[in-house]
Amino acid sequence: MNSMAASEMHNRAPHRNSRVVPPWPVAVLAGIGVILFALPLIGLVARAPWTGLWTHLSSRFVVDAAVLSVVSSIAAAAVAAVVGVPLAWVLARVDFRGRSVIRALVTLPMVLPPVVGGAALLFALGRRGVVGGPLHDATGLLLPFSIWGVILANAFVATPFVILTVEGALRNLDQRYEAAAATLGASRLRVLARVTLPMIGPALGVAVVVAWARALGEFGATVTFAGNLGGRTQTLPLAVFVALEGDRDAAIAISLVLVALSLGLLIGLRDRWWPSR
Amino acid sequence: MRELGGGPETGDSPVGGLDAAIRVRRGDFELDVSLAVEPGETAALLGPNGAGKSTIVAALAGLLPLHDGCVRLAGRVLDEPASGIFVPPEQRRIGVVFQDQILFGHLSALDNVAFGLTAQGVRRAEARERAQVWLDAIDLGDLGYRRPKALSGGQRQRVALARALACEPDLLLADEPLGSLDVTARNRLRRNLAAHLSSGRSGGGDTSSAPRAGALAVPRLLITHDPTDAFVLADRVHILEGGQLTQSGTPDELRRSPATAYAADLSGINLLRGSVSDGEITIALDASETTAPPQSRRPTQMLHAADTTVAGAVLVTIHPRAIALHRERPSGSPRNVWRTTAEAVEPLGDITRVLLGPPLRVTADITPGAAHELRIRPGASLWVSVKATEVEIAPDSSD
Repeated sequence: MNSMAASEMHNRAPHRNSRVVPPWPVAVLAGIGVILFALPLIGLVARAPWTGLWTHLSSRFVVDAAVLSVVSSIAAAAVAAVVGVPLAWVLARVDFRGRSVIRALVTLPMVLPPVVGGAALLFALGRRGVVGGPLHDATGLLLPFSIWGVILANAFVATPFVILTVEGALRNLDQRYEAAAATLGASRLRVLARVTLPMIGPALGVAVVVAWARALGEFGATVTFAGNLGGRTQTLPLAVFVALEGDRDAAIAISLVLVALSLGLLIGLRDRWWPSR
Repeated sequence: MRELGGGPETGDSPVGGLDAAIRVRRGDFELDVSLAVEPGETAALLGPNGAGKSTIVAALAGLLPLHDGCVRLAGRVLDEPASGIFVPPEQRRIGVVFQDQILFGHLSALDNVAFGLTAQGVRRAEARERAQVWLDAIDLGDLGYRRPKALSGGQRQRVALARALACEPDLLLADEPLGSLDVTARNRLRRNLAAHLSSGRSGGGDTSSAPRAGALAVPRLLITHDPTDAFVLADRVHILEGGQLTQSGTPDELRRSPATAYAADLSGINLLRGSVSDGEITIALDASETTAPPQSRRPTQMLHAADTTVAGAVLVTIHPRAIALHRERPSGSPRNVWRTTAEAVEPLGDITRVLLGPPLRVTADITPGAAHELRIRPGASLWVSVKATEVEIAPDSSD
């Protein structure tokens, strides 16, 4: 068994020095793929106002948006983890009728146009929304046009990443580890806290970082649900959109920051996203 | 819905022991096994793949509810569908040594052993102290800081055993504890296990070091498909075939009268301990096993093996069909020839099993025709020959 696994690994992971040469059609199409993704970046970098970059980035308009983006995206990632992990556990471990429907429902925001998600949030939680109306009448709380609305919109689109990643990790975890912990006298919550979560820790970390990155870049749901109020609900992506209408150099400067951040994140995650063997 | 929580105390079951009637259905497979293990006894459940061994482990550990029957341990009912009792695994006090060890990879060896203690409410510092005592006992005292990944297979297996025993369980359940190890590690660890499991009989290995005060009185159930493990380690062997126990008995009883072909095949394996140098094996004999007058040196018997690559302490296995019997001293090539007497002759259908007396108590399986021709009966004088190629040896160092 061990030797089988070893030889399989050997086949899949060719020696460092032996270069695989792709067949030419594969190489051509893959090259086109790279160009497809690299070209927009080249455009951005070529048009970048390198000399006035810092002036653009330190303007009040950009700093406000950046602060709001950082705060709301971190809060949204936290919400995604707190809600997403239990949901993932239930989907992975509890066998119940309608599980696939629930899974489709909670991962819907991944494929839904964000604007539609934002509109749906508005009809549910807005001033005149099904839940938002009574909520406003009772407490005076209004989610749209506030930082809470931004966080909610961000969490709405970011949580599915946590759910899917963590559910996959839980399914791949050998359940005998949890059984072993139980036979040693650990209660179910202790098993979860001391065995399950630590063992899926790397996957959970990746899930939260990806959710955070998704929240940071969120545009459609935010602008629809929380609006585009400078200093209150205007995040960096919204600032880019606004700046494109007027100060293009500022828009490019912000875009460069977001690109650098995302690219750095993905390069950093690369080994964890596809676990190295 | 079945009630959760501890079962009532029952007076009629043997206090301390395991008493189980396990009936489980899994699709087409039906398991129906009654099993009792006394405190201090090591029982082996021996069966081929698919016989239902892992189902029994799951049912006893509480990972799989019974369909019918009852599991009693140490005077507690753990599972009894008829009365709605089901005690969850965390309250069963059963120490399980899993196949492939299943050590927690994110914890050090020390914290793995301490895990059960802290789960039971022992303070962290005290739990680690007690875990350290266990690590010292299994000669891993210096490696407690290591993660399981940084330990050898044999070391991991010892940590898994210490982890299960540290909680002072009411039953030690070992599921193929040697299954994932290579031959050398298997033999080494088997002796180590024997030291921990032996209840006073000649198990071999170093019995001096483990904190076994509590562990000794515990019933122990070893689940295995390897007859060597079962016959070396267990006081009593239960043979499981197709979800049913086909025979139970001491290793000696199984050897004398195996009930099925499978049992006959497994129980006849001859196991001897010795030391080897250049293919020459010296088997130390008990003084009572020979007619020679008491001497300063223990009496020995030499055997020859074809394998000359191994040196030092070895476990010797000889298949009963590889042992030939003769009326006269055989001529020709066999390297191992000695004279003995037949102690017992057991007809087992298409084979006849002959239990041989001193100097080497081994079992030979011959055809009924040959037995008739040789006029073998208890007390008959015989010559034994074994080819050197049929004498298999494997390293058997005790640490």
